[in-house]
Amino acid sequence: MNPATFEYHRAGSVDEAIGLLGRFAAEGTEAKLLAGGHSLLPVMKLRLAEPAHLIDLSGATDADLRGVRLDGSTITVGALTTHRDLERDATLRERCPLLPQQAGRVGDRQVRARGTFGGTLAHADPAADYPAGVLALGVEIVARGPGGERTIAADDFFVAFLTTALAPDEVLTEVRIPVTPARTGMEYQKLANQASGYAVVGVAAVVTVGADGTCEAVRIGVTGAGDHAARAVTAEAALVGGPLDASTVAAACASADEGIDLLDDLHASADYRRRIVRGLSARAVLAAAGRATA
Amino acid sequence: MATVPVTVTVNGTERTTEVEPRTLLVYFLRDQLGLTGTHIGCQTGQCGACTVQLDGEAVKSCMVLTVQAEGHAVTTIEGLAPAGTLHPVQAAFWEEHGLQCGYCTPGMVLTAEALLRDDPDPDDHTIRHAIEGNLCRCTGYQSVVQSVRVAATRMAEGAQPEPLLRRS
Ligand SMILES: Cc1cc2nc3c(=O)[nH]c(=O)nc-3n(C[C@H](O)[C@H](O)[C@H](O)COP(=O)(O)OP(=O)(O)OC[C@H]3O[C@@H](n4cnc5c(N)ncnc54)[C@H](O)[C@@H]3O)c2cc1C
Ligand code: FES
Ligand code: FES
Repeated sequence: MNPATFEYHRAGSVDEAIGLLGRFAAEGTEAKLLAGGHSLLPVMKLRLAEPAHLIDLSGATDADLRGVRLDGSTITVGALTTHRDLERDATLRERCPLLPQQAGRVGDRQVRARGTFGGTLAHADPAADYPAGVLALGVEIVARGPGGERTIAADDFFVAFLTTALAPDEVLTEVRIPVTPARTGMEYQKLANQASGYAVVGVAAVVTVGADGTCEAVRIGVTGAGDHAARAVTAEAALVGGPLDASTVAAACASADEGIDLLDDLHASADYRRRIVRGLSARAVLAAAGRATA
Repeated sequence: MATVPVTVTVNGTERTTEVEPRTLLVYFLRDQLGLTGTHIGCQTGQCGACTVQLDGEAVKSCMVLTVQAEGHAVTTIEGLAPAGTLHPVQAAFWEEHGLQCGYCTPGMVLTAEALLRDDPDPDDHTIRHAIEGNLCRCTGYQSVVQSVRVAATRMAEGAQPEPLLRRS
């Protein structure tokens, strides 16, 4: 089950990849960037995608594509960082444990060795894990195109099924994560599909607890529930200023599915997803709050 | 069909050949190099029968293009220990009945060996988490986990690859 025939190009840099994307677009042939290949190759094998050109980013030498850097109030994660490297990164484990926690829940060990952070975000699978996390963290996504670099807020990034705010000639280079304030905790809760490992529903929460124990700030990202990841803004508003006990949190999270057009498919009915979104939201908020004050 | 040259180090030997860019690593290993110890199950990245090590990390070779392995080192089950010997992980699978039909076994062994290099003394939960991507339809996993545990103990005691003949 090989994919359909294509021409293979190894980009030595992001600029070279952007140049190739522009050239093939001008020629009217389809080209795709290749990172870990763990979302692209499956759809190519099924002939759901038959690009004429694959542009492999893995050999690009730009420093911003790789690794995790902490400077001042920002943690930067390169697009080509693998799930496995994210899972084990010491800086993230200390300053932003949500992403290593999510990385550890992606697929299995072999998938984590190849798949990348940037590839996951760019692919925007409705059941992928990181979209929930980057929404909860309020990251900025950096894209480079022929006109230079721009940043896209996580809130504006996931647009529709497998669709992001990236332009076809842009490369996602890195993600900038704001370092969270003191008394902040974070948590990811996932109900995994037993066969594929993907999220039936996944909920990430980042909670800042005030000195009086009430909820000072909260962001909740939900994946798997709709055709793209989204924030649970109604539940967030209901939580802010209130106590963080189990019954208050559960009551607030009863609105966590509001605004999400729930998927109804062979993996789960819309009604089932609604219950899971609410339940996992409450669990994620409570666990995050517990860590914030631990 | 247009082909491109690739150079991959397989089981310690550098191999240069021409492949179509769409050739999956698993087909290169099996069909071009005759290394049929790497099995094919699902071809969708789920079962782990095709697991090999790429620069020492367990990966699914049905999910990697041969061209993506350019300049890298691949280890298949044939290369885990010198010819005619069993690696301590293989020996432990033999002794603890970590296999029945053997279909999943090359992948299981290569994943387990990669785990033990990271974590020489894993608990059962860690072992089960590590082999999540290797499906076995026979053993029920119990004896696989036991085999990995025994391999860890033997390797901690300094076990080396041992001749296959001593066992038959
Ligand atoms: C068996 C299996 C189980 C899985 N389970 C899970 C799971 O539980 N949770 C989960 O979240 N994911 C899961 N995945 C998906 C996996 O995480 C992929 O690695 C990931 O979704 C895509 O990353 P990649 O690097 O492989 O991207 P690729 O497949 O190389 O690319 C995906 C898409 O993004 C584009 N792209 C890649 N990099 C960039 C970039 N830097 N800039 C712009 N566009 C880019 C490509 O052109 C392509 O369209 C699973 C995959 C498999 C095979
Ligand atoms: S054949 Fe590669 S994972 Fe099943
Ligand atoms: S021994 Fe038969 S599939 Fe594992």
